[in-house]
Amino acid sequence: MTAPLLTRVARLPFASGFEPAQLRRLCATGRSAAYRPGERIFTEGGAADRFWLIENGRVALDLRVPGRGDQVIETLATGAVLGWSWLHPPYRWQFGCETRGPVDTVMFDAAAVRELCDADPAFGYAMLRRFVPVITGRLHATRLRLLDLYAAPAAKARP
Amino acid sequence: MSTSLASRVTGAELPLPYRVIARHADTDDTVTLELAYETAPLPAFAPGQFAMLTAYGIGEVPISLSGLPAPHETARRLTHTLRAVGAVTRALHAAGPGTVIGVRGPFGTTWDVPSAAGHDVVVVAGGIGLAPVRPIVQAVLAERDRYGEVVLLVGARTPADLLYRDDLDRWAAAGVQVGVTVDRPAEGWNGHVGVVPALVASARFRPGRSVGFVCGPEVMMRFTARALTDRGVPASRVRVSLERNMRCGAGWCGHCQLGPLLLCRDGPVVDYARAEPLLDVREL
Amino acid sequence: MTATTDVSANQPVLIDVSALALLFETLREQGYTVVGPTVRDGAVVTAVLDSADQLPYGVGVETEAGRYRLRDRADRAAFAHSAGPQSWKNVLLPARTRRWSADRSPDGTMVVSGPDEPRRYALLGVRACDLAAIGVLDRVLAGGRHTDPVYAGRRDGNLIIAVECTEPGATCFCASMGTGPQCGAGFDLAMTELVDDDGHRFLVRAGTPAGAGILAALPGRPAGPASVGQARDAVAAAAARMGRTMPAVNLPGLLAANRQSPHWDDVASRCLTCGNCTMVCPTCFCTSTEDVTDLTGDHAERWQRWASCFDLDFSYLHGGSVRTSGQARYRQWISHKLGTWHDQFGMSGCVGCGRCIAWCPAGIDLTQEVDALAAAAAVTS
Repeated sequence: MTAPLLTRVARLPFASGFEPAQLRRLCATGRSAAYRPGERIFTEGGAADRFWLIENGRVALDLRVPGRGDQVIETLATGAVLGWSWLHPPYRWQFGCETRGPVDTVMFDAAAVRELCDADPAFGYAMLRRFVPVITGRLHATRLRLLDLYAAPAAKARP
Repeated sequence: MSTSLASRVTGAELPLPYRVIARHADTDDTVTLELAYETAPLPAFAPGQFAMLTAYGIGEVPISLSGLPAPHETARRLTHTLRAVGAVTRALHAAGPGTVIGVRGPFGTTWDVPSAAGHDVVVVAGGIGLAPVRPIVQAVLAERDRYGEVVLLVGARTPADLLYRDDLDRWAAAGVQVGVTVDRPAEGWNGHVGVVPALVASARFRPGRSVGFVCGPEVMMRFTARALTDRGVPASRVRVSLERNMRCGAGWCGHCQLGPLLLCRDGPVVDYARAEPLLDVREL
Repeated sequence: MTATTDVSANQPVLIDVSALALLFETLREQGYTVVGPTVRDGAVVTAVLDSADQLPYGVGVETEAGRYRLRDRADRAAFAHSAGPQSWKNVLLPARTRRWSADRSPDGTMVVSGPDEPRRYALLGVRACDLAAIGVLDRVLAGGRHTDPVYAGRRDGNLIIAVECTEPGATCFCASMGTGPQCGAGFDLAMTELVDDDGHRFLVRAGTPAGAGILAALPGRPAGPASVGQARDAVAAAAARMGRTMPAVNLPGLLAANRQSPHWDDVASRCLTCGNCTMVCPTCFCTSTEDVTDLTGDHAERWQRWASCFDLDFSYLHGGSVRTSGQARYRQWISHKLGTWHDQFGMSGCVGCGRCIAWCPAGIDLTQEVDALAAAAAVTS
């Protein structure tokens, strides 16, 4: 991964709509982070002090269920944003995250980004405008799964 | 009337006997049947079209074509995949080799795969919706040079509900971008978990030079079509396979109306620019 | 039987009412089963007739929204009644019919045989509105890519003897649908009934060689200008006496633009979703099928019966119905009839016969509903 961080981030869907100056400031808080297959990126309840843009690979969000181990809730793949618990107190991960194969990311320092947001509301608003669609997109997907669309129709079904 | 109205025979009139020559259990409740005609073949089916299958004495159901014959096979063989959910489909599900069932067809519009030549092909299927799009992938791979990128995104309830696992492996090996996601992972599942529209975002294709083919539950198709149009595929180049209560297949019984569309005739394959405003109306 | 009239020039001919007996005889000799109007169960119904004596002489009809009554007429006119509860649909697309039967042979295969050999029907007393309705059924069931063999079998070889309407009812609006009361085409013979001091007679014209052949067998005389004018005037007067009028608006456009109109709630508050309108409608063609077997399971049959878009079951899909509310079901019926029928078949599904108004137990009148929908649309636009 030899391209400058800014160039790499600018290629990801997350960057679209950011002003170049804002993106530069954001990237100043980031660095490359690569993970091995099966590596745990964060653990449920841990301190949410960073977030990631997935450049390559896939990660699984999971939840510990006593007796059933780590239950995978959802997987996120190339282009996705990983982590938003850093946006609001108590800054704790609600889920755990483990890689599925090798994963390349750009990782951002959450405290530094929060400082940027606090110092410059225009920047903060731009960040929220990038994060809200990520959150609503996941919410919509979750609602869709609640419908259990592929389940067999009710027993009264004909023909 | 001086001319005979009944002079044309189109395959719509009477169920012709076809014999089950192979039965493959895809999942617990889904089978793929290979059918060969007994007395006379029906006209050739195209991907996207459907047949009315009769379990004699029980009833009739619409089932899409789910496979193209391999080049060395009899061209008039029919492949249908069906899920046992009601009396008729349970009877057909139980039909072993040698069983004679009735077939009428072909009915409805086709996926019109050749019109996607020169384009990237993006196929998205949910659940049993993988069956009607399987012939698209087969047709594209049979003339691979005519198409750009080929993407197949598949959503299933659980890994065990996934159809055509051998095909998916074979197609991936042949260079198709295959993405499979499940709602509920099982032990050992190392693939995607989540809804299939979410896979659209990271698939590699040229939105302005792509044709989308979508089949699955109506809600899944709406979200998928939106994901495709969000990426820039024109709605007129997204094709969905719609379903209503198809009872006769031939446009005679009136059950399958969706506003101006008689879906057994004007569908099942409809472009999303036409379908979207109709799907937006409650109880249409 | 001698040909007493030269119809080669296709001139209108006058026949006396007494010639109807000979008409029946001629039709039977030519192998036709005659179906025409007769009185049964307090209504003028469509039935297989053995003789002209069974025609409803002297029977008139009073209709209104939700109302149909027979009345005695002062004269002995046979066709002076407006549309009854049945139509030619009952003959051409019966309420219940066998589509095929199949027998299993010892090697497990099934031999399927088609619909029963139909009879050749002579349809006697077809109104202009119902003539248009037959044209609609022809388009729907035999004019597309696939021809319905059951319908085609019953429709093939029909002889149509139209009788122009001189007695429209209070629920009639064929004039505003452009289908009547005069008969333009699609008949083998067209008659206009005249009853006055000059006697009880029919002005008859042939529309086809088959009709001309029948007419030639009847004792007739060339019709003079007076009779022709009298018949023409009677039909023209009927056009002016229609009890209802379909609003002259772009119906497909109005219905497509108002799928979400609050007016559907209003209709639904009155509609019982009984489906009577679909049963009496001469163009409502929807059907369902049911497969049955004998006890051995070796003999199977498929039976077809009328279905109604007002039935919950009609739009059944994967464990539920698409159209559950009364609003959606009434909207489907009227939108299809007056609107999307054009998209699907290039014509209106309504011929203006008024049966759906008369036989609605709640007296719902589609011409008024269109009026109200247009008014509501005008207010909100």
